[in-house]
Amino acid sequence: MRDIVKEFPGVRALDGVSFTLERGEFHALVGENGAGKSTLMKVLSGVYPSGSFTGDILVDDQQQKFRSVRESEDAGIAIIFQELSLVKEMTVGENIFLGREPANFGIVDWPRLYHEATRLLADLGLDLDPRTVVGSLGIGRQQLVEIAKALSKNAKILVLDEPSAALTESEVEILFTILDQLKSRGVGMIYISHKLDEVFRMADRITVLRDGRTVAGYAAADTGKNAVIAAMVGREVGDIFPHSTHDRGDVAIRVKDLTVFSVDVPGKKLVDQVSFEVRRGEVLGIAGLMGAGRTELLTAIFGAWEGKHSGAVEIDGRPASIDTPADAIGYGIGFVTEDRKRFGLILEQTILDNMTLAALREISGAVVTNRTRETQAVKTPMQSLRVKAGSPMTIAGTLSGGNQQKVVLGKWLLTKPKVLFLDEPTRGVDVGAKQEIYAEINKLAAEGLALVLVSSELPEVLGLSDRIIVLHEGSLTGEFSRDEATAESVMAAATGNN
Amino acid sequence: MLAVLAVIWAYFHWATPGNTFLTARNLSNLMTQMSVTAIIAVGMLMVIVSGNIDLSAGSVLGFAGGVAAYMITVNGFGTPVAILTAIVIGVLVGLLHGTLVAYGNIPAFIVTLGGLLAWRGALKWLLGGNTIPVANEDFVAIGNANLPPALGWGLAIVAVLILFLMAFRRARSVETYGLGKAHYSGELLKAVAPAIGIIAFILVMNAWHGVPVPVLILLGVALAGAFVTNSTVFGRYLYAIGGNPDAARLSGIDNKRQILKVYAVLGAVIGIAALIFTARVGSAAPDAGVLKELDAIAACVIGGASLMGGRGTIFGACLGALIMTSLDNGMSLLNVRDFMQDIIKGGILVAAVGLDMAGRGQG
Repeated sequence: MRDIVKEFPGVRALDGVSFTLERGEFHALVGENGAGKSTLMKVLSGVYPSGSFTGDILVDDQQQKFRSVRESEDAGIAIIFQELSLVKEMTVGENIFLGREPANFGIVDWPRLYHEATRLLADLGLDLDPRTVVGSLGIGRQQLVEIAKALSKNAKILVLDEPSAALTESEVEILFTILDQLKSRGVGMIYISHKLDEVFRMADRITVLRDGRTVAGYAAADTGKNAVIAAMVGREVGDIFPHSTHDRGDVAIRVKDLTVFSVDVPGKKLVDQVSFEVRRGEVLGIAGLMGAGRTELLTAIFGAWEGKHSGAVEIDGRPASIDTPADAIGYGIGFVTEDRKRFGLILEQTILDNMTLAALREISGAVVTNRTRETQAVKTPMQSLRVKAGSPMTIAGTLSGGNQQKVVLGKWLLTKPKVLFLDEPTRGVDVGAKQEIYAEINKLAAEGLALVLVSSELPEVLGLSDRIIVLHEGSLTGEFSRDEATAESVMAAATGNN
Repeated sequence: MLAVLAVIWAYFHWATPGNTFLTARNLSNLMTQMSVTAIIAVGMLMVIVSGNIDLSAGSVLGFAGGVAAYMITVNGFGTPVAILTAIVIGVLVGLLHGTLVAYGNIPAFIVTLGGLLAWRGALKWLLGGNTIPVANEDFVAIGNANLPPALGWGLAIVAVLILFLMAFRRARSVETYGLGKAHYSGELLKAVAPAIGIIAFILVMNAWHGVPVPVLILLGVALAGAFVTNSTVFGRYLYAIGGNPDAARLSGIDNKRQILKVYAVLGAVIGIAALIFTARVGSAAPDAGVLKELDAIAACVIGGASLMGGRGTIFGACLGALIMTSLDNGMSLLNVRDFMQDIIKGGILVAAVGLDMAGRGQG
């Protein structure tokens, strides 16, 4: 891949990236969240069709212009995404040949399908009946089925995006055995992972991406973890963060031994015995890489986690029993959720409807609503957050990302919270609106709110937080005061290397 | 959709022999005919807005009406007991369906499909396959009486006064909450058109025996429905849940409770519709209310409601019911064979929604 540039509205996700994979090479691709790894792989695999980016893709020195995933598959590229793309209700064999069923005149040749599936699975050393329904398998085995499916397409290049995230240790061993085998057969592999242990164990070469650029390339044997971590974070934390320290008050929220269990995988702990506290006027940053359990932690405290969880929460020093989001709001907790389109906004409704939703009874009336009173209530947050819209009756879905985020923030400010959770508050937000949100966070801290900030942008966490805790695979692996925290120390804790 | 209604009315008036469609007598008839469908549509709209559906409304209507008729004719109770019984049955059935949908996590489509069969079966069991006539005059009046013209005018005057009073208060509240200067003349002007509509309506109805009682009940139910959807916390929650259930839940709304409530409201409304239906026919039959749920759903959809939830108005649903009934009424006047009526109605339903979607796509 040569000089790949991919732009999204307002963001240059890839800025002239070049990447080479040798035959039979195990090449690890590492970088912070949002560094451009997944985007690069989507370019390679035709998810972003030729023409939507600039630069060249060459396979065996042949220039390629993939218009679809199908075309990249035909060229021997197979990609395994973080989210499994298997149909859970179908059997292993059906999944492997989905869309390419061996057939005669449109009639599926079942014996041939299962015969070939058996051969493929045996090749991989997998003891698995192809007639098993995929949904009945554990996530780990499903992942292996996904690999079998990729290989059935005669892949020469296999892209694995965080394949070990959902696997147990013994499943990771099986995966690595298979990957070793594939390597010896000459399959080239691009391996995206946050786990540097795995990277150093398996990789021949390591490439580091940062802010859409290739910042370093190493032969794995010639480098060490610290060099890689430094390359991942090596960005200056400028003074774009107008931080000011405020007088700390009493402890507003204390969380003790919170454990959150997965909804899909019974017994798997997404958050393991995490404890922390936040004082009034303090911003607590929670750092961690994708899948570290940050969102799950906040969701569980807020009473919105659908699976099991255990642990205790205290608000203002008193035990709080929170079973539903309504309980949490009652205790004065607000939650600016990540992914505003899915969890934050009702896109087809107005700014007014959205902003008043969480405190409708308080703002408008216990039973009967009063539009005029609501219009008055949203005036203040719309002005202080500088929501750029014609009127409160503008439809939320028509606003820019930054303004949508301000509407979600405004919704929670109207509940008059004492504790405010902010989960990725600036994702998909333009630079100007980011600044305004940063300023608002500082202002709220100065007003005595206790804030918890989750962000995948490390500079943001470092720049805004008074204190930082770090999660790695659900466990607390570090706690830093503002002065102690450096990008390197936090990243080391986030990758489990401290 | 108002334009579509105007075209339909103009066509029928032109096409009917002796131009009988737009006469006071026929319009009075038309309004009475639409009342049952429109009343159910009011409750159905709220359920649809919340992102759910009810396929059992016709069967529940039949069952509630059947029990009411049974109470009067077989058990000898009076009309008040019958009224209470029909509404209570509607609410209880609604609570049952709502519980299964909200707390049993069974899809609304399945719960009410089961209800469609089960309540029809319960009605047949109750009636033993026979038709029970209802002779009680008070009861029959629910479906067939008319308001004395003077009372009609009295209501019209009260309605117009309330309309202007509300406009005045709306204008004044702008100042009360410091949002700028009140525009009294503007708000009051906006009330003029509805006021003229009310007066025209009473003029037409009084030209033929006065306002029919079923139409009066429909007006009451529709106004209440419009108030609930526009001006209550419950109504706003319904739109929020239908628009984005996750966002609603994370904003502290108890989605399950609201869904339970909306089914209970629909049940009450079906109970009211059952009384009108049974009174108008003067008997309870095993096939009473068959397909009424589909008429009500069609009315909501023609009126702009989205079956995905989050969008729709009471006014639209009533307009939809009026369009559907106008087609029935007009085609009957033209002596269109009944199989042809069904084909045309089906085609128009799909075409109306198709046009609506096309218009939305451009906008």
